[in-house]
Amino acid sequence: MLNAVYRLVAPRRFEVEFSEIPLFGSDIIVHPTHLSICHADQRYYQGLRPAEVLKQKLPMALIHEGIGNVVHDPTGTYQPGDCVIMIPNTPTQKDDVIAENYLRSSKFRASGFDGFMQEYVALQPDRILALPDGVDKVVAAFTELVSVSVHAMRRFDCFAHSRRETVGIWGDGNLGFLTAVIFKTMYPDTKLYIFGVNEDKLSTFSFADGTYRVTDIPQDLRVDHGIECVGGAASQSAIEQIIAHIQPEGTISLLGVSEYPIPINTRMVLEKGLRLYGSSRSGREDFEKTVSLYREHPEIVGYLNNIVGAQLEVKTMQDMKKAFEMDIHKNMGKTIMHWMP
Amino acid sequence: MVFGVILAGGIGSRMGNAEKPKQYLNIGNKPIILHTIEKFYVHEGFERLIVLCPKEWVEHTRHLVQNNFPDDKVVVLEGGVTRNETIMNAIRYIENEYGLQDDTLLVTHDSVRPFLTHRIIEENIKYGLKYGAVDTVIPATDTIVESGDGDVISQVPDRSKMYQGQTPQTFNAKKLKELYYSLSEEEKDVLTDASKIFVIKGEKVHLVQGEVFNIKITYPYDLRVAESLLNNEGESLC
Repeated sequence: MLNAVYRLVAPRRFEVEFSEIPLFGSDIIVHPTHLSICHADQRYYQGLRPAEVLKQKLPMALIHEGIGNVVHDPTGTYQPGDCVIMIPNTPTQKDDVIAENYLRSSKFRASGFDGFMQEYVALQPDRILALPDGVDKVVAAFTELVSVSVHAMRRFDCFAHSRRETVGIWGDGNLGFLTAVIFKTMYPDTKLYIFGVNEDKLSTFSFADGTYRVTDIPQDLRVDHGIECVGGAASQSAIEQIIAHIQPEGTISLLGVSEYPIPINTRMVLEKGLRLYGSSRSGREDFEKTVSLYREHPEIVGYLNNIVGAQLEVKTMQDMKKAFEMDIHKNMGKTIMHWMP
Repeated sequence: MVFGVILAGGIGSRMGNAEKPKQYLNIGNKPIILHTIEKFYVHEGFERLIVLCPKEWVEHTRHLVQNNFPDDKVVVLEGGVTRNETIMNAIRYIENEYGLQDDTLLVTHDSVRPFLTHRIIEENIKYGLKYGAVDTVIPATDTIVESGDGDVISQVPDRSKMYQGQTPQTFNAKKLKELYYSLSEEEKDVLTDASKIFVIKGEKVHLVQGEVFNIKITYPYDLRVAESLLNNEGESLC
């Protein structure tokens, strides 16, 4: 079937091309309905990635966070109209030890190949997951980002030692907020402190046990473990602060993406016996865990609603551009495209 | 009930030396008509898809359909002498098989417009059920010039009010049949498409926004445009 693919061909320029997707192959065909813009999409859209990366990756359809309706399933697993979450990570091999999102052979939508800005998306059956009835579809659009936090918490559970009286999250943006919501849901008895730069953003973390501006952290404040959700060049100062305020043998979870190599004070890492571990993207198991959290703790969806920023109907390529431009100028929150081109 | 009606009646006289009607020519590795049927096939809104083609191409079309679709959602019928007679054949078929209900809707579409989108189909159904008649259009980009005798301009209409008609065109089946059979032969002679039946009779036709790329493959040049729109390069797991 001819499928309209809306690809970014150069910074700030979308064009439509058609690809042919087989109707009766092994893939399930999904019509995207709600798409959510991520920082990674913006880096391509604004041309902030290095020139050689842009040259290699574009043209490419953006967006790796989204849901849609099944329109055709040759496997008979889903019915037309079923609402599903699309999983962007696409493994090409199985590994019993290494998680699918860390396999170097895995491909990722809107990074290694076309993302969800398409009329239809053809997905392998294990790359979709039914969205439970009653979950707000606007919130569900950024389930992928929630699953990244869930994945980080699952790793925290594996790596962090058992003293978990106090945990700090550095970063008051979307990722910090989602990670904080998931953390507090999974570890309600742990004291959770948030460290950020913006008082206004920090005030949305009302469920946390304390919020601090990074310029005003009490000298004697200590956390058992730290989670970095800052990214960019500011990762450096965030990691520095975590190392300063963390108890010996604590763990530091690194989630923030940076284009730059970030220096780390390894002397203090050694002296305190710290463990640093990376956490990136997510796999099917994390999506499954996220959906079960939506079911068991419906209040999560309410919290997630707090970071829904702009919503707009997208029918034309002008609308697509408008959505990305609007997203650039927002203070906080996720921009959701009601996808109807 | 909503029916997709795919009009494949043309014999492609404008396609130069092409041996077969244009709807049977390939873009990518597949005949244009199959691309078009597939777009309707995956839309859950349709009870059945009715493909109408020239008598001598009915068997060929049936084979194409049987070889590419596993169920009986697509039925192939012979078209009529004119576009509107072809649509009447579809209505006759629906009447015999299902009966015509007050809300029976026809989404009629040129078989040689394979680049229509999910949204265009969706809005045709939505507004078709609401208003009874829908035409898919795009704003005119060229100035339209009217000439009565083909030699000199008789008027230049305001371009901001001009649109180019595409398909789908969507109609309440009962209403379309009633209006069509109330036309005089003179009125039928000036019909270039089905929405004009409604317009002549003073009925409102709602507009749905089409797409510039929802092109009608009419001339050899259009085939080249269609091929260039089809680009699979980005989809592979590179």
